[in-house]
Amino acid sequence: MNEQPQTPRPSSATEGTAIELIDVNKWYGDFQALVDINLSVKRGERVVVCGPSGSGKSTMIRCINRLEHHQRGKIIVDGTELTDNLKNIEAVRSEVGMVFQSFNLFPHMRIIDNLTLAPMLVRKMPKADAEELAMSYLERVQIPEQAYKYPGQLSGGQQQRVAIARSLCMQPRVMLFDEPTSALDPEMIKEVLDVMVELADEGMTMMVVTHEMGFAKTVADTMIFMDLGEIVEVAKPEVFFTNPENERTQLFLKQILTH
Amino acid sequence: MPNDSNIASSNVPPVSPKSGRTAPPPTERIPVLRWMRENLVSSPLNTVVTIICAVGLIFTVPDFINWSIIEAVFSASSHEDCRAASGACWAVVADKHRPMFFGVYPYDQHWRLIIALIIYIGAVGLTMLPKCWAYKFLIPLWIFTLFSTLSLMWGGFMGLEEVDTSQWGGLPLTMVLFSGTIVVGFPLAILLALGRRSNMPAVKAVCVIFIESLRGVPLITILFVAVNVFPLFLPQGLEFDKLLRVMAGMAIFFACYQAEVIRGGLQAISRGQYEAAEALGLGYWQTMTRIILPQALRICLPGIVNHVIAAFKNTSLVLIIGLFDMLTATTSVMQDPEWRRFTVEAYLAVGFVYFCFCYALSKYSQQVERWLGEGKRF
Repeated sequence: MNEQPQTPRPSSATEGTAIELIDVNKWYGDFQALVDINLSVKRGERVVVCGPSGSGKSTMIRCINRLEHHQRGKIIVDGTELTDNLKNIEAVRSEVGMVFQSFNLFPHMRIIDNLTLAPMLVRKMPKADAEELAMSYLERVQIPEQAYKYPGQLSGGQQQRVAIARSLCMQPRVMLFDEPTSALDPEMIKEVLDVMVELADEGMTMMVVTHEMGFAKTVADTMIFMDLGEIVEVAKPEVFFTNPENERTQLFLKQILTH
Repeated sequence: MPNDSNIASSNVPPVSPKSGRTAPPPTERIPVLRWMRENLVSSPLNTVVTIICAVGLIFTVPDFINWSIIEAVFSASSHEDCRAASGACWAVVADKHRPMFFGVYPYDQHWRLIIALIIYIGAVGLTMLPKCWAYKFLIPLWIFTLFSTLSLMWGGFMGLEEVDTSQWGGLPLTMVLFSGTIVVGFPLAILLALGRRSNMPAVKAVCVIFIESLRGVPLITILFVAVNVFPLFLPQGLEFDKLLRVMAGMAIFFACYQAEVIRGGLQAISRGQYEAAEALGLGYWQTMTRIILPQALRICLPGIVNHVIAAFKNTSLVLIIGLFDMLTATTSVMQDPEWRRFTVEAYLAVGFVYFCFCYALSKYSQQVERWLGEGKRF
């Protein structure tokens, strides 16, 4: 499971591959945000992506559920290639959950309605079943008592846990986290990371963009360092934190780990 | 925030436990005096303005009360009684209220209009209650309401005399025009607003051209075109009712303005909301109807109500194409030489009816804002 393929360019989707990016390039106008990205994530693998701001890490994971369009290369999620084909996009999105930096809960709906909305509309689940499912996930993120409140009445940490539960209600096979703790007050970061660690322990395939290096050391199977739109280094955390190969990685880790 | 409130009291914001060292805020002994000090004489300029307003009120209010109440005639056997008095003649309203409110509709058939108005107002009242906000209730309710009120007004069945739409008038006509404008115009406004923000160039272009060209034309022109020019384009023999054409013109005009208000609301919704909905796998219409529009419409509710009120009053413009709404009906009733002197009173009465409707609308919109704002604390 923990083994990263030797060649940066993996062969076509195999049974155990959850996400595959082949020569992915993306531009915003003239600015190239992603440069020849090659990456393969196995089922159950936990990948942590780090790098300085503007390095393309958010862009990369947002391409995986087509919130951003890549212009060149191939992205294959769970055997489905992401193209302009709407059916494929919908298929991928219902398999891939995403947690955002700014939570993005729906402020006009109660927590329980935030959670049941997608299962009822997309999966056509009956209301009672959806609510039961929602409550079970709220219990897992330890805030079932907040079910009938509105997002604005919750703290940031609680909101992010609700956002995680909302994604889980779609019973995704892959979870993407885009800097899930960056907008939180320090005392609330732990409660969110705890939920994520628990999720990792259950074997969820996860891709996490974060600066929380403690979390990365605990859960990551693979560390990825990005800079200037490129994947600079891919390594196991033991190697990544103690003996990184690339100079830029060394510099970044020095800056982020020492004060 | 503590997790101490349970599910049952979920709508009440959680109360943080008191440490025992908190105290109630200091109370003012005479709040009225404090209010006056803060609002009437807080600065020299403010004081001067207060004095000018007070003098103005002293000169006008007593005279108005004297004219409108103390020396007014509320009931009179004939217009002679009014001529003798120096105050307002409200008796004119008592004498002429039926042609004022019901126009040239056959006099002995007015009971049909009264029943139609009662059904209509009942339906509006039900629609205003949040408990009734469900498509499976509102759609049948309004199909029934429109069908029953219109067929009552039209007649021509079960022994009811048929009354052509050219004879409709007064308050029921105002209501028909107004509800037609809103029922057709509002959904159209939403579609135009969404279309103008669409990624599809053709859809966007059509919406922009539609909005910009119609918004730049006075409503009177649109009504005139709908009534006098539009029929020229229709093939021989095909003819729409004049009332229907007027209603379509008003609805389109309303929609163009309202679309821009709604677009303002749509622009206020952060990209994160769209992305969250997309990431959950919701489609375009699901995202719009469940996530984006409920928030956007709440944000621009004051602007929406503004145009709804304007649309209500715009119904009086149908006078230029020969329809007798409440205001025009009053004007024609006041041609009666016996009562001609008391036109002001009749217009004030009509103005009061308009005011009641518009004020109720704005009060209701404030209440809706409060309902929709529940739990929304950023």
